[in-house]
Amino acid sequence: MSTSNINAITTDTERIIRPYLRLSGLEPLVVRPETNFINIGERTNVTGSKKFARLIREGQYEEALSVARQQVENGAQILDVNMDDALLDGQASMTTFLNLLAAEPDISKIPVMIDSSKFSIIEAGLKCLQGKCVVNSISLKEGEAKFIEHAIICKAFGAAVVVMAFDENGQADTLEKRVAFCHRAYKILTEQVGFDPQDIIFDPNIFAIATGIEEHNNYAVEFIEATRRIKQLMPLTKISGGVSNISFSFRGNDLVREAMHSVFLYHAIKAGMDMGIVNAGMLQIYDDIQPELRELCEDAILNRRSDATDRLIAYAETVKAKGKVIEKDERWRQGTVQERLSHALVNGITDYIEADTEEARQLYNRPLEVIEGPLMDGMNVVGDLFGSGKMFLPQVVKSARVMKKSVAVLTPFIEEEKRLNVATNGGEIKSAGKILLATVKGDVHDIGKNIVGVVLGCNGYEIIDLGVMVPAEKILQTAREEKVDIIGLSGLITPSLDEMVHVARELKRQNFNVPLLIGGATTSRTHTAVKIAPEYVHGVVHVLDASRSVTVTGSLLNMALKRNFLTEVQSEYVKLNDAFKNKKQVKQYLPFAEAQKNKMTIDWNTFTPVRPKFTGVRKFEHYPLEEIVPYIDWQPFFISWELHGKFPQILSDDIVGKEATKLYADARDLLDKVVKEKWLQANAVVGFWPANAVAPDTIAVTPEQPEISPVRLESIRQQIKKAPGQPNMSLSDFIAPIESGKQDYIGGFAVTAGIGIERWIQQFKEEHDDYNSIMLKALADRLAEAFTELMHERVRKEFWGYATEEHLSNEQLIGEAYSGIRPAPGYPACPEHTEKYKLFDLLNATNNTGITLTESLAMYPAASVSGWYFANPASKYFGIGKIEKDQVEDYAKRKGWTVEEAEKWLRPVLEYDM
Amino acid sequence: MKSLADCARERILIIDGAMGTMIQRYNLEEADYRGERFANYPSDLKGNNDLLSLTKPEVISAIHEEYLLSGADIIETNTFSSTTIAQADYDLQELAYELNVASARLAKAAALKFTAQNPDKPRFVAGAIGPMNKTLSLSPDVNDPGFRSVTFDEVVVAYHEQIAGLVEGGVDILLIETIFDTLNCKAAIFAVKQYFRTTGKKELPIMISGTITDASGRTLSGQTLEAFYISVMHARPFSVGLNCALGGEQMRPHLEELSRIASCYVSCYPNAGLPNAFGGYDEEPEYTAHIIEDFARSGFVNIVGGCCGTTPDHIRHMAEHVKTIPTRQLPVVADALV
Repeated sequence: MSTSNINAITTDTERIIRPYLRLSGLEPLVVRPETNFINIGERTNVTGSKKFARLIREGQYEEALSVARQQVENGAQILDVNMDDALLDGQASMTTFLNLLAAEPDISKIPVMIDSSKFSIIEAGLKCLQGKCVVNSISLKEGEAKFIEHAIICKAFGAAVVVMAFDENGQADTLEKRVAFCHRAYKILTEQVGFDPQDIIFDPNIFAIATGIEEHNNYAVEFIEATRRIKQLMPLTKISGGVSNISFSFRGNDLVREAMHSVFLYHAIKAGMDMGIVNAGMLQIYDDIQPELRELCEDAILNRRSDATDRLIAYAETVKAKGKVIEKDERWRQGTVQERLSHALVNGITDYIEADTEEARQLYNRPLEVIEGPLMDGMNVVGDLFGSGKMFLPQVVKSARVMKKSVAVLTPFIEEEKRLNVATNGGEIKSAGKILLATVKGDVHDIGKNIVGVVLGCNGYEIIDLGVMVPAEKILQTAREEKVDIIGLSGLITPSLDEMVHVARELKRQNFNVPLLIGGATTSRTHTAVKIAPEYVHGVVHVLDASRSVTVTGSLLNMALKRNFLTEVQSEYVKLNDAFKNKKQVKQYLPFAEAQKNKMTIDWNTFTPVRPKFTGVRKFEHYPLEEIVPYIDWQPFFISWELHGKFPQILSDDIVGKEATKLYADARDLLDKVVKEKWLQANAVVGFWPANAVAPDTIAVTPEQPEISPVRLESIRQQIKKAPGQPNMSLSDFIAPIESGKQDYIGGFAVTAGIGIERWIQQFKEEHDDYNSIMLKALADRLAEAFTELMHERVRKEFWGYATEEHLSNEQLIGEAYSGIRPAPGYPACPEHTEKYKLFDLLNATNNTGITLTESLAMYPAASVSGWYFANPASKYFGIGKIEKDQVEDYAKRKGWTVEEAEKWLRPVLEYDM
Repeated sequence: MKSLADCARERILIIDGAMGTMIQRYNLEEADYRGERFANYPSDLKGNNDLLSLTKPEVISAIHEEYLLSGADIIETNTFSSTTIAQADYDLQELAYELNVASARLAKAAALKFTAQNPDKPRFVAGAIGPMNKTLSLSPDVNDPGFRSVTFDEVVVAYHEQIAGLVEGGVDILLIETIFDTLNCKAAIFAVKQYFRTTGKKELPIMISGTITDASGRTLSGQTLEAFYISVMHARPFSVGLNCALGGEQMRPHLEELSRIASCYVSCYPNAGLPNAFGGYDEEPEYTAHIIEDFARSGFVNIVGGCCGTTPDHIRHMAEHVKTIPTRQLPVVADALV
């Protein structure tokens, strides 16, 4: 025996294995107390990175892998992978991407964080990873049973978990809640599931500070303190979080943001934060921060002085003012006029466009040459950048504004030239093709259509926009007269789908042969393939969003490409059509009578409905806009501009963050003006009436006021076969049945924030400013939704008063954490639109608010919302899904319709072919 | 009688040597593999060693007894390829469950016989769970790296059936061995946990044995040893170790690392050296035993034995050499970070 061997035995006896968090890819990652802060790579995330989302959607996995590789090269120690995109098959994308990743040792050496809000996607990911990975995330959001179920599965795969500080009622937003929610999750995981404590990573919610709202000032302190307490209470657990949230009120000012991140991390890491989703390039060394700025950041983050926010903002202003930005801005002015026009177009700068255009006009022989020359060249650059994902929609719309303003300068000269020599060479602007766009009859929604128009206009197409509520005849007539090359139809509400089918049939009947494009929120590839394409043989193409419209029209108007393109689309639609028909047979439906028996049961013996503080209706005119603004949910606003991602994280997104921040700043500016100068009028009416369920799917409303007529509301019931114990729900289940002997109530509302919008839209139109026109419509939509949220809160707390003790943050409101629901006719729980007439009658809504209904039951102004209020705590949002003929027949009887009429209005939810 | 845990605390345990090498000595022909039951089976069956548990049970029992006689505390069932997926090569997937039950019973009978003779040295049966011939982390098609010839769920189902058969046949331990793709191993672990959770039976100890394929010190699926260990820790195994592919000499640095990081027992059953030009193994029993003795003296191991090319003679020498050397002490698993 050698001496070294004896030594080996001695050291063995002293060996201690510590409960470190250990993860692995091809190589290990052991998190020791002395381990530095761990960077989690965030770019392989379809919700956060538009580029990555596009690559995945287009199946360009090779490039998607290079995104992952860059993350590793830039120092990511864990790779966050997220495939949560409504347009993706998340499970398949996760599987494909992770399988390919396994073949890339330079990437798969680090552990993966499977990031999804859908557990099925998480499971798909777990089945692909040989290493010990992290699941991001599980939480108590859906209750203990789900939480335990998910944790057991994670444990069977040996994965560590990120636990979000949520409970059944929402996100933890105070110090106490953060600690309490995490501790509760900890006890369940360690005591009931048998989780190793070191495999638990908490995310105790980083929120923005220095927003100007006083309650936010302490958020960083609370996070840091929560971190400290969690680590004291549960020393083996880890803390993670999304760092850039903290500074989002300083978007656009990277100097201040970087300093805030560094200061925040300096303190959070000291308190025990272990890892985070961070843009490593956006971190400054704590000691290198300019001392004054560091002190200001520290004041704000540690909430040390009441004026910390103001002082930091003041400092931020001075940095901005003396920043290099302005200097850089002006350098482009020294280029040639062509260069300047191109720069102005690409950067969307209108400041000098009139003078530059005039200068160019004098340089060229004919004004038309300015358009065909430098302007089109510039727009081509814009088109290319947009096409390659380097520019985003808001920028393109701004570019279009520059283009329009420039053309407006030239138009009088072109007209003049035409007048002088009609005989000579015509003088028409060469157009790449003529495209007719219209929102179909019965529908008033046009934000998306307008964006498509602008984008196509930028690409050299001549756009004939017929506006909203356009009847088929007018579309066909204009198409014929103008000899258009393509017709594009848009719509948002479900009855519009039928109207589109009607237009397609008419095109066929009248022997048209131009391609038909279909777009809008309720349209889909499947609907287009199944319902519209079979009606018209000359090409029907569903266009997902504005960015696709360019390639689609390009292919359709290029003779060389058109045939192949249409053949491809058609064969895809045939496949979709087949798949759709095959799929349907898989689902099982109950006979309607059985579905009715399997209703949701509420114990009415132990529950007494709350009587509203008043019955009948109450109206609100000129509601102060400034009170509505705080209720805005910004995420859909960004979606309307085709910027996808969570708010506010989107503002600091690596790819779209800069543009999202600009867009947000523009939106806030315009919103300020709208509020201050009262551009829009917000009106609302709410009402409550005694009601009881008098049949399984019928609610009788019996107003106490003689001027309001009693009415029977007919609801639709889920008919798909459910798992044992799961009810087939109908809205009528949430109202006490007459035989219970309890008096119940139902409420209703109609709100609008769009009164008076036309005047401003007209003004923007005259200024050739599509950007602000679209912006104003999008803001009005947001205000209407926010107003709805506000009124619902007042209803719960004051007018109906069944939840007087409620205290919910805006995030919780957006997350629907409140008690009771407000389903809208035409939406998933009550998909049949004509019930809206009854709602409007009960509310006398048109007189009280100024909202009118079109023949397709769309509300005008478009920025309006209406629906029912249900107060029962057991009530919840659900979707009807598809229904069978027996229910349709029953419904027709109840509505006094023929079966055909019922089928017409219920078409989107019919399980069968008509 | 002493339990497996009691024995492991006291001394270095001996696991048996190669099954295949021993079967070769019998020079069995196609007809032997077929027996009466598969006399008219349409495909060739020679080489399906696991099938011998049904068609030549006396050969398998004799080999088990030879190893027990050489001093093995643990013998492995003849089930390395007894899964639906591996048996598909012979079109015998339907036999998988039966093979496992039969093999487990043969081994158990042999072990009980020896335990009865000397109750102070109880013998244990480890149900051998092989790696399968299809991998979950590697594509069989170089031009399509994302392709997989089998899914995680399919592998779990196959292992689940094997485990059910082994438990039914009476094994004392489940041994997931020759792991060259960690994801297959994770599927096996998943199946073990699932089997015991759904049946409510008491969970058997799990032994996990990975395979380092070359001097890179990595598994075939690319993991370093520590990464591999971290990936399977959640099984809470009775032991973790290395077998196959390398001889004892080449295994030393890896075993040293494993013994340092593993909080459970450490096992090691190397091949009899590296294969010669004809694919055979030349390392003499005395030589292998010297290497194993060095491991034992260095405090690296708790369970030792042999893989390809090793024989009852190798095992006898090993047992003799480690008899008086204390077993590796389990490290202290602290419950605080510092």
